[in-house]
Amino acid sequence: MAQDMVSITSVSKSFGSLRVLHDVNLSVQKSEVLCLIGPSGSGKSTLLRCVNFLETYDEGEILVEGRLVGYDQSSGTRRLMRGSQLCAMRRSIGMVFQHFNLWPHMTALDNVADPLRQVKGMSRKDAHSKAMATLEKVGLAAKADGYPAALSGGQQQRVAIARSLAMEPHLMLFDEPTSALDPELVGEVLQVMRDLANEGMTMIVVTHEIGFAARVADKVAFLDGGRIVRCGPPREVLNSPEEPRLKQFLQTYHERSQF
Amino acid sequence: MSFDLSAIVPYGPALLSGLANTLLCWIAGSLGAMALGFVVVLCRLSPIRLLSACALAYTEIIRGTPPLLVAFFIYGAGPSFGLVLEPLPAGIFALSIHGSAYMAEIYRVGFNAVPRGHVEAGVSLGLTPFAIFRRVQAPEALVAITPSLINALIVISKETSVLSIISVPELTYEVQKMSIETFAAFESLFALAIGYWIVVSSITKAGNFLERRVTRHTVRSA
Repeated sequence: MAQDMVSITSVSKSFGSLRVLHDVNLSVQKSEVLCLIGPSGSGKSTLLRCVNFLETYDEGEILVEGRLVGYDQSSGTRRLMRGSQLCAMRRSIGMVFQHFNLWPHMTALDNVADPLRQVKGMSRKDAHSKAMATLEKVGLAAKADGYPAALSGGQQQRVAIARSLAMEPHLMLFDEPTSALDPELVGEVLQVMRDLANEGMTMIVVTHEIGFAARVADKVAFLDGGRIVRCGPPREVLNSPEEPRLKQFLQTYHERSQF
Repeated sequence: MSFDLSAIVPYGPALLSGLANTLLCWIAGSLGAMALGFVVVLCRLSPIRLLSACALAYTEIIRGTPPLLVAFFIYGAGPSFGLVLEPLPAGIFALSIHGSAYMAEIYRVGFNAVPRGHVEAGVSLGLTPFAIFRRVQAPEALVAITPSLINALIVISKETSVLSIISVPELTYEVQKMSIETFAAFESLFALAIGYWIVVSSITKAGNFLERRVTRHTVRSA
């Protein structure tokens, strides 16, 4: 059987005495879309941030393309990975944040092109044409010379997606990519994500957009209190919930969409 | 009241050379303060506790001491430590030391003003810490600190006058000499005020230009 793109085994993590992840097991195949849903504080963002080691994890293993994330156990004991190895590993994992995190002193084009030059050592010309092509893909070629402050939230998030995509990652992580957007701007970002999924990008998406999860995800995991309560195909998890906590969680969404 | 500018005319060349030395002290002292302040802030933000504590102590001590004392100390007490300097280099060194504590604090505020997420974006893209510093933290911090940086530079330009006390031949020193020789105190101080006003208003003008430049992208274009 083909190797998992991401394989999370018995991962636990605490912030001080607070246990935020509790024996989490998950796997994602190549070209699969996994959506993580759950209430605030359930640990879904923390789990996502562990996958590219923006957060450390205390126990268990996270493998991306078969390689252990963040730690080196070649000597038998687990030590932190060297900085250069960690940088190299992160290059193949893209990440999109809730608050976009574009660099305000660079134009949209430079936000995408600058990392290409810094990380891949591309020439100015190559980086710019690559960045332009990627902005085109998210429908923002016309805004290339705009600074982030002059772009709408939806446009900023699409630039942020382009910035990650230009690095040609094998895996994309999305941390509530539409939560900071006006409802009317959510659609354009979800559309870009849907296109990506259709092209076969492997994605892990933390989201409150249950509709997106239902239509695009191959797998949905519901977290509560740092544990995976339920994981499976969206139809099963979202349409026939058995666990009381999951039922209650989905109920609030049903109620909200009725008015 | 008598006001006779003709009394100071023969001192024109001395005043100009004083102004030149004032500018030299200001530029060299500011550069020194900015460079030294950068070293201090790196120590301050370092994960090594001892280094950070030393940087904090340095900042506290220097900020709690008048620049006059620092100048006296370097010029007067320096030789006891084998540091024998001419007045001009001693004065520049004193300005650098005194200013560095303020610069370090300004830089620290600047680094803290960079949102964590902007750094994390760089980390997630695989940028090295140095690349993140150079491309993200430093430029963003610069925007945040430009007004306070300009303010500190103006303060340093006026603190150069303190160096007259260790006989650096800068503007205040020359004016004092002229005042004693001509008894034209009013005219002398008038010339001095004009001199500093020229220096400070030029810095302010340049500062305003710089501030507009570094913050141009934060202005929303329609």
